[in-house]
Amino acid sequence: MNKNLIVIVGAGPAGLSAAIQAAGAGAKVMLIDENQKPGGQLFKQIHKFFGSRAHKAGVRGVDIGRQLLAETESKGVEVHLGYPVYGVYPDGRVVYGSAEGVRSIQADRVILATGAIENNLCFEGSTLPGVMTAGAAQTMINEHRVLPGKNVVMIGSGNVGLIISYQLMQAGATVQALVEAAPAIGGYAVHAAKLKRSAVPIYLSHTVNRVWGDGKVEKVELIALDEHFNKIDGTEKVLDADTVCMAVGLTPMVELASLAGCRLAENGTMGGLIPLHDENMRTSNPIYYVAGDIAGVEEASTAIEEGRLAGIAAAESLGLGTAEAQEKKQAVRENLAALRSGAFGQRRFQAKEEIVKEFYREAEV
Amino acid sequence: MRVENHPILGESRQPDTYIYFDGKKIPAVTGEPVAAALVAAGVRTFRYTAKKNQPRSLFCGIGRCNDCKMVVDGVPNVRTCVTPVREGMDVRTQHGLGEGDVTHE
Amino acid sequence: MKDVKYSGVLDQELLASLPGVPDAARLELGPVACIECAQEIPCNPCKEACPRGAITVEPGLTALPHLDASKCNGCGLCIARCPGLSIFNVHKNYTETTSLVSFPYEYLPQPKQGDQVRCAGRDGLFLTMGTVHKVLSPAAYDHTTVVTVEVPKEYCMSVRTIQRGGFDK
Repeated sequence: MNKNLIVIVGAGPAGLSAAIQAAGAGAKVMLIDENQKPGGQLFKQIHKFFGSRAHKAGVRGVDIGRQLLAETESKGVEVHLGYPVYGVYPDGRVVYGSAEGVRSIQADRVILATGAIENNLCFEGSTLPGVMTAGAAQTMINEHRVLPGKNVVMIGSGNVGLIISYQLMQAGATVQALVEAAPAIGGYAVHAAKLKRSAVPIYLSHTVNRVWGDGKVEKVELIALDEHFNKIDGTEKVLDADTVCMAVGLTPMVELASLAGCRLAENGTMGGLIPLHDENMRTSNPIYYVAGDIAGVEEASTAIEEGRLAGIAAAESLGLGTAEAQEKKQAVRENLAALRSGAFGQRRFQAKEEIVKEFYREAEV
Repeated sequence: MRVENHPILGESRQPDTYIYFDGKKIPAVTGEPVAAALVAAGVRTFRYTAKKNQPRSLFCGIGRCNDCKMVVDGVPNVRTCVTPVREGMDVRTQHGLGEGDVTHE
Repeated sequence: MKDVKYSGVLDQELLASLPGVPDAARLELGPVACIECAQEIPCNPCKEACPRGAITVEPGLTALPHLDASKCNGCGLCIARCPGLSIFNVHKNYTETTSLVSFPYEYLPQPKQGDQVRCAGRDGLFLTMGTVHKVLSPAAYDHTTVVTVEVPKEYCMSVRTIQRGGFDK
């Protein structure tokens, strides 16, 4: 018997946090992840996190990952690694691959914490060996401790591009250029300032025009863009580099939510198509909850809070932990509001409000 | 190239095993994905595409994009970025859709 | 005032306007923190780092950190706690002619006390040679080393790092 079974797909910051809360409330929790190691992208985040004490600010992501893992284990959560989830049914049946072959399990609630996938750009030479996503480079340097190249051109000045450029230098690479199509740096100035102190040239209103070399990246040609993002002929500039990294945004991985029949909506601020959800992270299919980047691309710290919210709420909907649920959810919502405040967070705060509003609007139809 | 020492992460694990890349022995660290061992050994091309014979290599690093597929122990289309090394593993550059025992489990 | 989002570098005008940056008079009085945080991001570990309560982040989490320079004694504890690595320490009148500047440094190789180093500004460009006065990396700093260099006094508000690479004795 699997009474009050909550299956959580994805053992990243959102999934782990959801598992801790759901198990803490008394649910039986099964956490599934296709990767060999838990933590999602958290163990690659070797920088100190922002936020307040409640968000573990000042602690490096990798250490937050270790804390979450330890807590997950202490709560007795069943963790299945190396198990890909192939599909889900609207009634809560989850189909996954295991060492014994394809298996399925009937869940009372499912929390989808599948994360996001990196976007990429096409340009002449963009398939050459040496062109990769920024996340791939980060995985190599911080998780596997292997340097994919010595001279890097980074495309994208959001926080991902800025942080990974810095981490590439910490791993011993030189960042030849940070290239940004927009006329301003997208991420935090403090991250950009770290690069500038290491004399990294930042090319705003520029893009990579083409890349070439003998079977691998050897030369990278930059070109300036006008205010309509059209290339300006005659502004080409060629750099020597062996690696080009793309940090051009992420897209939520909503396939399973789509299979479950959760209503999806386009939201440009949050990375594209995302499952509509209410203030408890519950989707239009009441068996399914979402948390983390699948519910809109943000940061690990927001993913942790959303995971907690989904874990508390999913358990509560099964009649578990109901006495403390309201208070706990309120605390999480306050943490989320704090992370979504200020000049950078405001847009995400509004986008999230809009998603919840849209959820209820659709529900009325 | 391996990042032997790191300001935040400290010293890395030393290679303690090996795999073969196109018949050549290269060092590897137990548990790391095949792609990491190859990148560390300076290997750039992992496979050549079927139609245009273009080189491909590590791209996403987390098992999503399929660019890093190779023939591993005779099995084609293995995603090397999410496949852990095993001592003596035979890793080969893949040409096109790959040859080998496609029915192999 | 040129917005930092175009350059990644704080200019003097913007610096002077920041609530975390001490004024010229305070610099004369002794070591003091210099919080070069110019954007409203959700972050406040600096507040908790200060044992004297000299740093406040109010209201909310996204306000710019405010330094009460009369309470700050330049102890430097906040430097390694800032996730943005944007807090520095300046002891302008260390000697007649030299100042001490402390900054976070997370690269290898790490400099050692007495090393002659190439000191650089916020844009990473070379400004002056300096001498490493102190290198601190206790466990509590969690691998963010705080390096203090002695530089000619005129550079105390411009030197903010050292160039990466080899250092000479």
